[in-house]
Amino acid sequence: MPSHVAVIMDGNRRWARMRGLPVGSGYEAGARAFRSIVELCCNWGIRVLTVFAFSSDNWFRPKVETDFLMGLFERGLRDELQHLTSAGVRISIIGDVSRLLKPLQVLLADAMETTINNSRLHLIIAVNYSGQNDIVQACQKLAIKVKDGLIEPEEINEFLVERELETNCTDFPHPDLLIRTSGEIRISNFLLWQLAYTELYFAHSLWPDFGEDEFREAVYSFQRRQRRYGGQKS
Amino acid sequence: MDGKRNTILFKLFGSSISYMRRCLFSVLSVGPVPNHLAFILDGNRRYAKKWNLGEGMGYRAGFLSLMSLIKYCYELGVKYVSIYAFSIDNFRRRPEEVQCVMDLMLEKIEGLLKEESLVNQYGVRVYFIGNLKLLHEPVRLAAERAMKATSNNNNSILLICVAYTSTDEIVHAAQESCEDKWATTQSSANIKDSQDGEEKDTDDVIKLSDIESHMYMRVAPDPDILVRTSGETRLSNFLLWQTSNCLLYSPKALWPEIGLRHLVWGVLNFQRAHPYLERGRKQP
Repeated sequence: MPSHVAVIMDGNRRWARMRGLPVGSGYEAGARAFRSIVELCCNWGIRVLTVFAFSSDNWFRPKVETDFLMGLFERGLRDELQHLTSAGVRISIIGDVSRLLKPLQVLLADAMETTINNSRLHLIIAVNYSGQNDIVQACQKLAIKVKDGLIEPEEINEFLVERELETNCTDFPHPDLLIRTSGEIRISNFLLWQLAYTELYFAHSLWPDFGEDEFREAVYSFQRRQRRYGGQKS
Repeated sequence: MDGKRNTILFKLFGSSISYMRRCLFSVLSVGPVPNHLAFILDGNRRYAKKWNLGEGMGYRAGFLSLMSLIKYCYELGVKYVSIYAFSIDNFRRRPEEVQCVMDLMLEKIEGLLKEESLVNQYGVRVYFIGNLKLLHEPVRLAAERAMKATSNNNNSILLICVAYTSTDEIVHAAQESCEDKWATTQSSANIKDSQDGEEKDTDDVIKLSDIESHMYMRVAPDPDILVRTSGETRLSNFLLWQTSNCLLYSPKALWPEIGLRHLVWGVLNFQRAHPYLERGRKQP
């Protein structure tokens, strides 16, 4: 079973368009699929689930849509927080939250604090996240240490960079499996450094249709793969 | 007499195949053609095992496929081709295997420098991308000679990633950015006063553009398609930064089995996804 699964929840808008529904219905259906996947992860013993809720590239969507999405996110989190806490889920947020509305920022900080001691499943939600910006901010932190004379430039190594990435909130920062739904075959600036050796799985279903069967299929596919990490055949 | 006739027939056959290929490429070129293709050459060892070939023969078969594929790419009008020839992780393989690959690389790099080689035929400039200090000395020297010898070619570019991993590239870029930044700060601090201290603080932090300008791969734009053969669907620490919005394609064929049909299929997929990719790129 993979310890850390990452998901790009793609296809909500297409799902709505295909049914002649407004885009908001797509996002709501997506939220339902998300809740079901969180539950499956808890039941199957997956330790970390990272979801790409909102990319920093998504701000270019119509404002009406991004406002709806943020509203849905806030409502969903308020409604589910109690349930997630009692289910032993720890919530962490990665990404630049400073651009979000104040009430949402407060809610996110509160959610992280309330659930910090939970240990059944670590749910990492990427909001206004960019893989490249994550790497840049880690390098910036190291650059400041160099400036302050704490380390020399030549001492910067992969271990130090990893320690400064936003995924340093977990002991398993590298996803074993990345699932992207809706048939699009690219990473779209999600976790870049962390995906170095991750098995990638591209599902044809749109995110709202991604349920237990599809998730099981993805995990089976992962279990059949041979991971060599560039070295000898395992 | 028979031998001469066979040679003529063979040449005619070769020319017609070549002609048909050029026609196919003309049709493909009606749509957008990728500017930069990247390849992870996976499956050479499995190929050797599949056909009961000796140690190292899989890599040699892989090299022949590589030459054909590069030729097709340049004929199609692809300007940049990158290949993941040897990862830093691959140094962990058996020493005999590593030595075999190093020997083959040395042989082929020296071959590149010959007059009749592909790079001279197609005017290809060659770059060796990676932490070249980790290579065996003869290979590193040959690589440097090849880069120098082809530096005036400008039709197309071939980037050979050896002793490379993306995380190593990023670390190296961060190190160089810091060294550059503090070297400039030191020299300007000797001249300027510390009155505008606050402004200096923001300038001192390294930015995305600093990192990008120190990446080994700064000599090429981001790839449009990343192809990994042998059906494995992972990046294996190759161009993580540069492929953030790139189309991924993983045909099941082992690297030595890759052919024209895979290139055509990859390009067709690229053309289908192109409007979406372009929209993503235009957003600042």
